[in-house]
Amino acid sequence: MSEHTTDKRVREASRRRFLQAGAALAGGSAISGVAGSTALAEQGNNLPPSVPEWMKAPGDPMGSQPYGTPSVHEKGVVKNISKTLPQYISASGRTPLQELDGIITPNGLFYERHHGGVPTIDPAEHRLMLHGMVDRSLVFTMEDIRRFPSQSRIHFLECSGNPVYTKPYGKTASDLVGLLSCAEWTGVPLKTVLDEAGVQAGAKWIVAEGADAAALTRSIPIEKCLDDAMLVYSQNGERLRPQQGYPLRLLLPGFEGNMNVKWLRRLKVVAEPAYSREETSKYTDPMPDGTSREFTFYMEAKSIITRPSGGQKLTTHGFHEITGIAWSGHGKIKSVEISLDEGKSWQQAALQEPVLTRALTRFRLPWHWDGTPAVIQSRAIDETGYVQPTLAELVAVRGLNSFYHNNAIWPWRIDANGEVTNAQA
Amino acid sequence: MPRLKLRPALLAGAIAMLGAAVHAEERYGIGRVATPAEIAGWNIDIGRDGSNLPPGSGSVERGRTVFAEQCVACHGDSGQGGVGDRLVGGQGTLASPKPIRTVGSYWPYAPTLFDYIRRAMPQNAPQSLSNEDVYAVSAYILSLNGIVPANAVLDAKSLAAVKMPNRDGFVSDPRPDVHNR
Repeated sequence: MSEHTTDKRVREASRRRFLQAGAALAGGSAISGVAGSTALAEQGNNLPPSVPEWMKAPGDPMGSQPYGTPSVHEKGVVKNISKTLPQYISASGRTPLQELDGIITPNGLFYERHHGGVPTIDPAEHRLMLHGMVDRSLVFTMEDIRRFPSQSRIHFLECSGNPVYTKPYGKTASDLVGLLSCAEWTGVPLKTVLDEAGVQAGAKWIVAEGADAAALTRSIPIEKCLDDAMLVYSQNGERLRPQQGYPLRLLLPGFEGNMNVKWLRRLKVVAEPAYSREETSKYTDPMPDGTSREFTFYMEAKSIITRPSGGQKLTTHGFHEITGIAWSGHGKIKSVEISLDEGKSWQQAALQEPVLTRALTRFRLPWHWDGTPAVIQSRAIDETGYVQPTLAELVAVRGLNSFYHNNAIWPWRIDANGEVTNAQA
Repeated sequence: MPRLKLRPALLAGAIAMLGAAVHAEERYGIGRVATPAEIAGWNIDIGRDGSNLPPGSGSVERGRTVFAEQCVACHGDSGQGGVGDRLVGGQGTLASPKPIRTVGSYWPYAPTLFDYIRRAMPQNAPQSLSNEDVYAVSAYILSLNGIVPANAVLDAKSLAAVKMPNRDGFVSDPRPDVHNR
């Protein structure tokens, strides 16, 4: 935990102790209205009745931050990047899910996975080549791509190795499923661009290739390319960040992250997949019998409670909102169920509108914690009726050699002190 | 439909740009035709059947030298792995509790080795090896795995003819595979 986060939590804890003390004075009855009924005052030069220092002089002038950044008090909210990776050229960094609200991931906190580092691409010299089984092989500039009719859509993106099946399991929501983010993407439907070239009969796949040092290559079924695939140049209103494929990436809503090729330079329309290294030796799932599943594209329904979650602490009894996120590569989230008793019984969480297809969905459940230890967990059900499984259910079918597509439920244990930890660890 | 408004301007532009454009009225006329030379320069993906492999050849012996110069820092002296993946061994382990996935035990198609080395290796200077050296280092890695003999010389035809041990080890996606309700 960062020093900053610690400071913040100490302050928060002290505030809550105050509220708790108030509750005790008021006879410990209802939490609401307690603060107003107490005569206990906090001490501090910036607290009432004093006038805070930031009101006694003008703040920073306009233009002190041409591109705005978060408050200095939020500097601990950063990507979760392990300090002990074997290398940082082919590596990943996670979104701090437990620090975020809503469903949109800020661009600076969007998860990253790259296989040959992050290239610095001059958009004036970036080209998309479209060739293979097409009537006309075409080359597009970025200016060309932006001339096509555009669309904006909100979709999640998730790495398929999020998390692995074996211990050690992560301590926080980010450690477990932080290779997950969600954004509003703007670009052109891939179908529009394919129509421009004229896809020929017999075309079944499109091989997409990045302009990075890995020249990362994946094969995409033509059905997906003609359905909701997009060529994306903007994310949350601004141009893609370099880490997300600037100036152009492929977006395949609901498909594993690796297929959403970044720094997209080439699309080759073909009759069969490339069987590239990334879709044979990687991104395949070994089963107990020694066979391996290939072309496992869809991310199945999944959810996680982000508050309270691992690494956090409940510092007071009484009201707490349980909240988290749910998503499915197969469409909309139909419902999210929460258990407060180690999975014995389940109740419906409220879903925050809008509930969008292949996007994060925020869920909430009001909860009164009486201080007894508890195990809380969520499970997502998507519009196909699919129910998020337990880790045991997944392992019973797939064994422990599998690496990708772990969409298990992750329960959190809350002890009598309010400490929250991974109940599976 | 917005395309109808665009049509007259489009038609003229597209025909001028694309020549005999059969469906010009359905297009936006955006982009330009890729030249054969442009396509040849970028069209680097190799099919599992060896299609699109370039001319040239390389020997296991030459590959040993290339590997020593370009690969051992990450993959180890004998391909045992390090910062980079393990490349050698593991055949027969895939159904065990500790499967070892390497080129020899896991990769289904030998031409993919050429494709990947050429496009992405060595990590600090991808697309810097000659096609001959890519054939050579592919041959060397296959020989370390006992898949080709130590005196092998591989070219487009012979690399495509290599049958990898795990070629038939892959199955299609059966999900949803957990039926819990």
